[in-house]
Amino acid sequence: MKIVAICGAGIGSSGILKVNTERVLKKLGLEAVVTAADIASVKSAAADAQVILTSAEFVEAIGKTFADVIVIENYFDQNELESKLQKSLG
Amino acid sequence: MPLPPLPESAIVIGAEAETWRDAVRIAGSALESSGAARAGYAEEMIRMIEEHGPYVVIAPGLALAHARPGPDVLRDGLAVVTLSTPVAFGHPHNDPVRVVLALAIRSIEGHLESIAELANVFNDASAIPAIATAPDAAAVIAIMGSE
Repeated sequence: MKIVAICGAGIGSSGILKVNTERVLKKLGLEAVVTAADIASVKSAAADAQVILTSAEFVEAIGKTFADVIVIENYFDQNELESKLQKSLG
Repeated sequence: MPLPPLPESAIVIGAEAETWRDAVRIAGSALESSGAARAGYAEEMIRMIEEHGPYVVIAPGLALAHARPGPDVLRDGLAVVTLSTPVAFGHPHNDPVRVVLALAIRSIEGHLESIAELANVFNDASAIPAIATAPDAAAVIAIMGSE
């Protein structure tokens, strides 16, 4: 399974999402490759992703995708991340 | 890998900002004071937000301003600005912002480990209010757990 975190530059907030997603997946006992990318490269970075994690601002720019797009509000709230990932993956 | 360097010169307590642009400029000046970035980096951070929206407000009360690596970044660094009056960035859930972090990194490779350290600090929900009310730079450094 592949999960991609998307933000404007692909370095700050998407990096935090990547790290916290890996922690939640470990807790849930799930395996996935999690990468961080910028919005400009979303088409290639997320071409084969099952899940895209991002902020509300980027949903429109991500556009049509086969991936499940999950909007995260508080990037440091692992409970929010866990429940949204569980809903998507479950 | 530890957090990017956060010297006292990169910390501003109780700054006065009327708008989110002012707040980001103060954070940019703090990166300039510590020698991490040139003056132009502040406007690059502002452009990122103008271009992509207020997504940098990644948690209630906290903005993580940054731009891409480039010639205006002199070395890896972090700045922390606390605002005497919170300002709105236009985020639907996490406004108003009380703490602005600014991040400058020289290259994308290898920086995720230091970002992981930011997650270690702020996954503790008490960190943002504690920094917002910190009396001085030393208190911020103690909360951030950096030297």
